[in-house]
Amino acid sequence: MATTEQYVGRSILRKEDAKLIEGQGTFIDNQSMAGMVWMELVRPPYVHAKVDSVDVSKASNMPGVIGVLTAADLDDAFPAGLPMVWPITEDIKIPTHWPLTKDVIRFAGDAVAVVIAESRAQAEDAAEEVVVEATERPVVLDLEEAAKDQVVLHEDLGTNVVVHWSHGGGGDQTIFDSAPVVVHERYSQPRLIPNAIEARGCLAYGIPAAGEYTLVSATQIPHIARVALSIATGIPQSKLRIIAPDVGGGFGSKLNVYAEEALALALARRLGRPVKWIEDRQENYVATIHGRGVIHDCTLAGTEDGKILGLKFVELADMGAYFQLLTPGIPELGGWVYMGPYDVEAYWYEFTGIMTNATPTDAYRGAGRPEATFVIERLVDAFARRIGKDPAHVRRMNLHPPHADAQTSIMGLQVDSANYEPTFDRALELVEYDQMRKEQAARRESGDAKQIGIGLSSYIEMCGLAPSEILGALRYVAGGWDAAEIECRPFGKVVVRTGTSPHGQGHDTSWSQIVADGLGITPDDVEVLHGDTAVSRLGMDTYGSRSVAVGGEALRQAVEKVKEKARIIAAHELEVSEDDLEWTDGAFRVRGAPDKARTIPDLATSAWHAHSLPKGMEPVLEGTAVYDPPNFTWPAGTHVCVVEVDTETGKTDILRYVAVDDCGAVINPMIVEGQVQGGVAQGIAEALYEEAVYDESGNLMTSSMTQYLIPSAAEIPDMTLDRTETPSTTNALGVKGIAEAGTIASPPAVINAVIDAVSHLGVTDVGKPASPERVWRAIQEATKGSPGVSGGPGGATPGRQEGGAS
Amino acid sequence: MTQIAVTVNGTRREADVEPRTLLVYFLREQLGLTGTNVGCDTSSCGACTVHLDGESVKSCTLLAVQADGREVTTIEALAGADGTLHPLQDAFHRHHGLQCGYCTPGMLMAAASYLKENPTPTEAEVRESLEGNLCRCTGYQNIVESILDAAGQMSGAKA
Repeated sequence: MATTEQYVGRSILRKEDAKLIEGQGTFIDNQSMAGMVWMELVRPPYVHAKVDSVDVSKASNMPGVIGVLTAADLDDAFPAGLPMVWPITEDIKIPTHWPLTKDVIRFAGDAVAVVIAESRAQAEDAAEEVVVEATERPVVLDLEEAAKDQVVLHEDLGTNVVVHWSHGGGGDQTIFDSAPVVVHERYSQPRLIPNAIEARGCLAYGIPAAGEYTLVSATQIPHIARVALSIATGIPQSKLRIIAPDVGGGFGSKLNVYAEEALALALARRLGRPVKWIEDRQENYVATIHGRGVIHDCTLAGTEDGKILGLKFVELADMGAYFQLLTPGIPELGGWVYMGPYDVEAYWYEFTGIMTNATPTDAYRGAGRPEATFVIERLVDAFARRIGKDPAHVRRMNLHPPHADAQTSIMGLQVDSANYEPTFDRALELVEYDQMRKEQAARRESGDAKQIGIGLSSYIEMCGLAPSEILGALRYVAGGWDAAEIECRPFGKVVVRTGTSPHGQGHDTSWSQIVADGLGITPDDVEVLHGDTAVSRLGMDTYGSRSVAVGGEALRQAVEKVKEKARIIAAHELEVSEDDLEWTDGAFRVRGAPDKARTIPDLATSAWHAHSLPKGMEPVLEGTAVYDPPNFTWPAGTHVCVVEVDTETGKTDILRYVAVDDCGAVINPMIVEGQVQGGVAQGIAEALYEEAVYDESGNLMTSSMTQYLIPSAAEIPDMTLDRTETPSTTNALGVKGIAEAGTIASPPAVINAVIDAVSHLGVTDVGKPASPERVWRAIQEATKGSPGVSGGPGGATPGRQEGGAS
Repeated sequence: MTQIAVTVNGTRREADVEPRTLLVYFLREQLGLTGTNVGCDTSSCGACTVHLDGESVKSCTLLAVQADGREVTTIEALAGADGTLHPLQDAFHRHHGLQCGYCTPGMLMAAASYLKENPTPTEAEVRESLEGNLCRCTGYQNIVESILDAAGQMSGAKA
């Protein structure tokens, strides 16, 4: 329906909701096919062991079992291992990663065989009867221990130290020794388990005689998976279709290509039957990627009055037992934001990637930028404490000056636009910063057992991945473009095919708003299709807060292409020259005679029946755009957290949480706020509750949701949100991206608040997560000199926890 | 195999089940009611919440045989027979109480049961009531708002 109403910038309710609130989602486990069989992986109870024998005889004879296959049985199924697509340096050492391990079990998720049975229960039963003899090897989890190479995971590589990367820094490096104030800190960030509420799963089927296969998978990246799985299985891309149905959350854990996807395809090809696999939660905790797992040595060079001169970070990053799709690239992605929103003269970042006997790490919401922001913002607080200044004052005086146009930053990339001070000031205003400081002083004065702390976090991040030329320079094997196709059906409806692949982000709604405004129709007239390589042919999928900045802009450009053609048809029908037409009030109108008009639905119908098109014009009104962004986008913001810490129990309660973000222009404020709330909650979880804990033998102790503490509504506070709007100069929509900002900003805001609450007792460091026990121990250590924060239950993170200014 | 008879969404269903079959797999795989999702296998996340004789239960915690002779209601029957959405479903839509939607059926069923117990809860009470239902997308704020709004609608409708 043609309309003059505007939709972009409004909180239009989501089109996605109807099926989801009625239990009609198309999630992977809701899909089945005639003749379907179930796959179960055999993951023996070893963390590091040489496989001596795999006896499948008993399992093979179990009820319903169709076959039990080992790596040897599948030797010809995989022409290549699972691809890692970001070999970030020339000399990076890349382990081969077969879907089933051929020789050595290197982490708890490594499988040695696969069972196919008529039912899931039969497959599970039989998997338990596969007998694996193996010789255990020493397990190495600690990064510094692993770096000594006393235990080497991949003998052919000869070392666990597989990659070292730096962009070479910027500015005068001597400042880190010679500045008036030099602060050294060491921060450790534990591994996190992503925990999408839907675990992974897939269903592979095909027509072996034709060599055609389809994989339906709970994935964020159908288009990338098509390329990667073609390499792993040898199925040509022209005969491989990947479908992402409704996907129950990703957070980076489904931004990957996994062994099970390759196995399901290979087995569907071998058996000629549909093969389904659903991950259970315990498998998810060991076989799906983890996030974080890093240690930073940090140096801040500054002056006594609070000027930050330089920031330097040397990072050790836990790669896990293999590279998954992007593993070594994740620290690098953070490597471009270690200056934070600050105007510094000198900058250094380097990281070393180390293999350990644990689940591979990879992108987890924020992917490198939360790790960076955490250490920068903790370091700035340590600096403020050292010089005795208010951390808000120190931050504000160091904010980078505003610029409306793109400007090259000290780390060498161009920041699209920046205006940090209004964002910062608004956050302090909303949290009533001065009032909170007064309240804190009063509590300290009275010696209350419950003390108040205020934590700040100002961040900058890098989204809109990415300019393909820069990705190429960074040795990423693919491009960063995205695509959109618009098909205007006769009589008013419009079909959009987008290369993005949402899994909760609401693209159906936001994309409809963009098209509705562009074409003078309503969002309800627009149907958005995605997540199927046979439907939306071209795309680079959804991750890294890129979808609207790349896919949304591609869509806007496709709208313009539709209108270019529509204008020619309108001029032809109205018998005027194109120059006599203007697009106003949702239609092409003759200048000076606005009643002489044609709407897009009119023109789409004309183009479809094609009875009287301009001579030589092709029928049908369509537009396709493939857009490669000229730059990244750089959202920024300031979050402030106010906590109350019970100094007797160590328990932390969040009293206020304020997030003021600047993600540029906004298509749907409701969806943006939802992204911030979810991201902040995930960051609060990281700060206070979540941590993958291993025992000395390398067994994951937090092996289910009963031990790994995902916060509920009872733990997550109500948040106060606001935004400033500094349009991106990278794209015409002016958008930057928002999906990870909350997770990037919130962990240091919370931890800084916890430390601030007890800093008057002498506490300068509390590790993540700031469990009651950790906080209590930190207080005890500071006040009585009793045993430290690290070690023991609740403190089993690899790496040291303590900081302390030099 | 054990024979059971369960009234599911108002219809009596007789079936043979393996004694180890969990209620959620009976609903999903034998009855084809796939609206109820499985999230964690350890009764932690609440994605599988359904009503058993009107009270919310985690259907991955119960065996199907435990539902023998009882009444089960799933997300498929939360809306009225005429298709009218339950006030909670409507409120989740209006307040953006869902993103990926995977936890949503469980959240809705848990909230529906809770509002019967406590028709006029405070925000803190709603948050406490959701302790057994995890969401990874929303940060809960809009879920809580949705439930408070629905409570208002429902108690207003009764008054």
